[in-house]
Amino acid sequence: MLYIKCPYCGLRAQKEFSYGGDATVKRPNINEEVSSEDWDNFVYMRKSPRGKHIELWQHIAGCRQWIKVQRDTATHEIFQTAKVTEEIR
Amino acid sequence: MSQPFRLNKEGLINRNKKISFTFNGKKLFGYEGDTIASALIANGIHLVGRSFKYHRPRGFFGAGVEEPNAKLQVEFNGHSEPNVNATEMELVEGLSATSQNCWPSVNFDVGAINNFLKMFFPAGFYYKTFMWPKSFWYKIYEPFIRKAAGLGVASIEKDKERYEHKFEYCDLLVTGSGPSGLASAYAAAKNGAKVILAEDKPRFGGTLLTDDVSIDNLSGKDWAEKIISELKSMPNVTVKNRSQVFGYYDHNMLVMFERVSDHLEKKSKFTPRQRLWYIRAKETILSTGSIERPIVFGNNDTPGIFLSAAAKEYMKVYGVLVGKKPLIFTNNDSAYETALEFKKNNVEPTILDTREEHSSELIDEAKSKGIDIRFSHGVIVANGYKKVKSAKIGKLNKHKNSFDKIETVDCDCICVSGFWTPSVHLASQSGNKLKYEEKIDAFIPDKKKQQETSVGAANGSFTLEESLKHGFENGSNISAKITETKAEISIPNVNEKKYGAHDKFWCMPLPKNENPKRFVDFQNDVSVSDIEIALREGYRSIEHVKRYTTLGMATDQGRTSNLNGLQLVSNIENKIVPEVGHTTFRPPFTPITIGTIVGREVGMEYMPTRKTPMHEWHEKNNAVFVDAGAWKRPRYYKQGNETLFEASKREAKNVRENVGICDVTTLGKIDIKGPDAAEFLNRVYTNAWMKLPIGKARYGLMLREDGIVMDDGTTTRISENHYHMTTTTAQAANVLSHLEYYLQIVWPELNVNVVSTTEQWAGAAIAGPKSRDMLSKLYPDLDVSNDALPFMGYKESDFFGVPSRIFRISFSGELAYEINVKSDHGMFMWEKMMEVGKEFGNQPYGTEALSTLRIEMGHIAGPELDGRTIPSDVSLNGLVSKKKDFIGKNSLGREAFNVESRQKIVGLIPIDRKSSIPEGSHIVQDQNAKLPNPKLGHVSSSCWSVENNNPFSLAIMKDGKNMIGKKFFAVSPLKNKSIEVEVISSHYVDPEGKRVRS
Repeated sequence: MLYIKCPYCGLRAQKEFSYGGDATVKRPNINEEVSSEDWDNFVYMRKSPRGKHIELWQHIAGCRQWIKVQRDTATHEIFQTAKVTEEIR
Repeated sequence: MSQPFRLNKEGLINRNKKISFTFNGKKLFGYEGDTIASALIANGIHLVGRSFKYHRPRGFFGAGVEEPNAKLQVEFNGHSEPNVNATEMELVEGLSATSQNCWPSVNFDVGAINNFLKMFFPAGFYYKTFMWPKSFWYKIYEPFIRKAAGLGVASIEKDKERYEHKFEYCDLLVTGSGPSGLASAYAAAKNGAKVILAEDKPRFGGTLLTDDVSIDNLSGKDWAEKIISELKSMPNVTVKNRSQVFGYYDHNMLVMFERVSDHLEKKSKFTPRQRLWYIRAKETILSTGSIERPIVFGNNDTPGIFLSAAAKEYMKVYGVLVGKKPLIFTNNDSAYETALEFKKNNVEPTILDTREEHSSELIDEAKSKGIDIRFSHGVIVANGYKKVKSAKIGKLNKHKNSFDKIETVDCDCICVSGFWTPSVHLASQSGNKLKYEEKIDAFIPDKKKQQETSVGAANGSFTLEESLKHGFENGSNISAKITETKAEISIPNVNEKKYGAHDKFWCMPLPKNENPKRFVDFQNDVSVSDIEIALREGYRSIEHVKRYTTLGMATDQGRTSNLNGLQLVSNIENKIVPEVGHTTFRPPFTPITIGTIVGREVGMEYMPTRKTPMHEWHEKNNAVFVDAGAWKRPRYYKQGNETLFEASKREAKNVRENVGICDVTTLGKIDIKGPDAAEFLNRVYTNAWMKLPIGKARYGLMLREDGIVMDDGTTTRISENHYHMTTTTAQAANVLSHLEYYLQIVWPELNVNVVSTTEQWAGAAIAGPKSRDMLSKLYPDLDVSNDALPFMGYKESDFFGVPSRIFRISFSGELAYEINVKSDHGMFMWEKMMEVGKEFGNQPYGTEALSTLRIEMGHIAGPELDGRTIPSDVSLNGLVSKKKDFIGKNSLGREAFNVESRQKIVGLIPIDRKSSIPEGSHIVQDQNAKLPNPKLGHVSSSCWSVENNNPFSLAIMKDGKNMIGKKFFAVSPLKNKSIEVEVISSHYVDPEGKRVRS
């Protein structure tokens, strides 16, 4: 069970979180024209990298904030966590 | 009754307390502190089971977790458990143990014929033999194999015991209380660290209990006792015996299995049987010790053959002799300690040492005590079927590939030692890539991936001095980094015997013209020749060899067999062991009970039960409940001998004719506040929200980004910047997360807050033509006329002294209202409604009637919103705005969503107007068509229409409304039904929606 550092609450067990997918995907702006290719990429296309991956988790049984987690998908090592408004490099 | 193999005084058992038990029906006794194994051996019983494949007689081999053979069916404290390790299970009064995998008895086992047919049972036998015909596998081969093989029998009784889970955090977890573990825990505790020390066995001390050593002039056992009692007195230390750390998971989480009360005769009602600990440790010290490995020779599985350290443990801990005429077969010095222990107890051992004649402290001591030592000797084959009677021994030549001077010597046990294998399982589970240590012919931990450090024998240090030093140093240094204090620790003086070098010898060559089985893995009956066959057949990867031969599998996980198996493969392949590599170590290290994994999460505690504030009333009024997620909802209120069908028909009919009330507390409720709330709703819902007036509700449809309908419900504008959203019961949690996602991540610029208020409001729907009359009695001072409170209107008013919200919304399609009060007032509201509603013929209705009402109205719900439907599929394209953007809008243009023949919602009625159509039925043109019969759609919801008094169903069907008027068949192979149906509109009752507006 992973040990995830919520930027608001501190280290908490994975049980308290739910997974939310790739954090680097950006939704096309509302009320703006978008090509169907860009839209399809946004809705369906995801990379599945082996290694570092920046992903969203929600601290569902805690502060309910969505957070960013940089995790190694092969080893589960967590390098960094951040608020969704912050950048992970 | 005497115990022929019990010593007079040795051992740590309590001789003042006899414990009676039975083995295969025979009444026996042992002492408090015995294991089943030690008590049986004390009684001279060695034959305890039959082997897995050949049904060969098997006895005890080890004295603890390493035991591959002695797995028993054990009944105690009122339950029956299979595959119990006899060497670990402590004796309790009245325990009854029986042998497994034998019929009719362990003494006379019919399956033993396999042993004489063993040339027909080579490696991969099952794979090769039961290949064809394919159809035979399921019905004939598999049941047969399952019956012939297999271990114990699982009980089919309900487990009445209590199991618990516990979460714990610590600075340092120490696994194993041998010398290095005690030293580590002690040093860390002195630094003020929060320490957990876990010991698998009932007694602390590990090898200190059996080795002839002294520490600071105390015996090993006394020193261990001193340290343990000091640790127990420290508030920052938790000391746990009978606790096996069996798994090392991500982020330094370890899982421990504690046997809390299996050894107790009496316990309180609330004492759990076993407990699972989830331990998050900042650092872990693995002091798991090592396990002796055997030397392989002919018939080396005969009962009476033991690991030499096990024989010593039986004497020192249990005061039990494994035999009175022992043969000790070794390639190293440690077995000499066993020989000396025998000698001390007036038993004359003979030592066969594969090494050439040489000298060491222990050899010299054995010689001086007059023990018969034969160098360059080994056991070729053990004689005896159900118990070893003698052994054929020989003198090894210089290259140790043949022998001469063969003779037969009498013996009643053979104690074998092929040196020591560090227990690296936990280290390996943590991600540590192991390295091969030539010096000890075994793997030890290498580079760490997590915060773990192996010390002592687990790290390949086999001397006490080194183990203690490593323990103290690592315990002190590792904990100092956490606590930032470093206490002075003096490493004690140690007195131990020095061992000479071991011999890298692990397998006796076969004698000429004889072919006895030489077992590498006892538990799975894998012999040298099986592994040779696997390699001859082309298996190379050690993982493949493992699976083909089953080497190292099953409950003992190859604890005694892995290294010898690797030696054999590397010899045949002409490789060195590290090139062959090792198989993966997986948790659990030892078998644990399913009960412990499940813990308290069974029955009522399987998941939380959510009850509405009116639950008690429903219970008192014969409600039959149905699970809706974690909620309990009344399905129907039973009157007399009514069936579900009759009751739901009565309740639904009463709504259509009079008035009914329904507990709708479980609907998801979300409070939405903020200046941008309208804009947010406008993006979340498919329809327009910018112009909803205050005091009005609107029905809304929510999509996922891929265009599929996610949820529906009404949202009401309470005040300028305040909205009250409702969701379906099932989607409540998902919708909240969905809203939070967009507010926090996608549109953080919107100033909106959302919070769940599902639990804060109790809700009741009042539905039926007489609902307005009833409402006016509930709110005598309020104008509830159609003009004052129209369809989709909203009012706040006082309900007999408590504040309430009135929504004029309808799910039943009737004139209806929904009243919300604070949860605390829910029961008060409900009882008032029942009282006031009497004169209007009010009756409560459950979810079954609710479904009936919405289905015949053609209102969609979960079965229609099944994750595949877009708004036009369920006739809701009118709610999809063309003027504005919203979540999922771009996806609605997809080609597949816009083909004319797409499956859409329709209604179905049976031609005979009698046969109910099972939900899930497939709609087909021709019920007799050849399979696969082309499917035109499926039945999503079915009811008995109370309005028209015949069955009615909703279906999602190809070409949708274009099919109206046509006839098809609804076939349900599950219910074995085929019903001729006619397609009609999905709005079966009141298609114009007049009633809700009346």
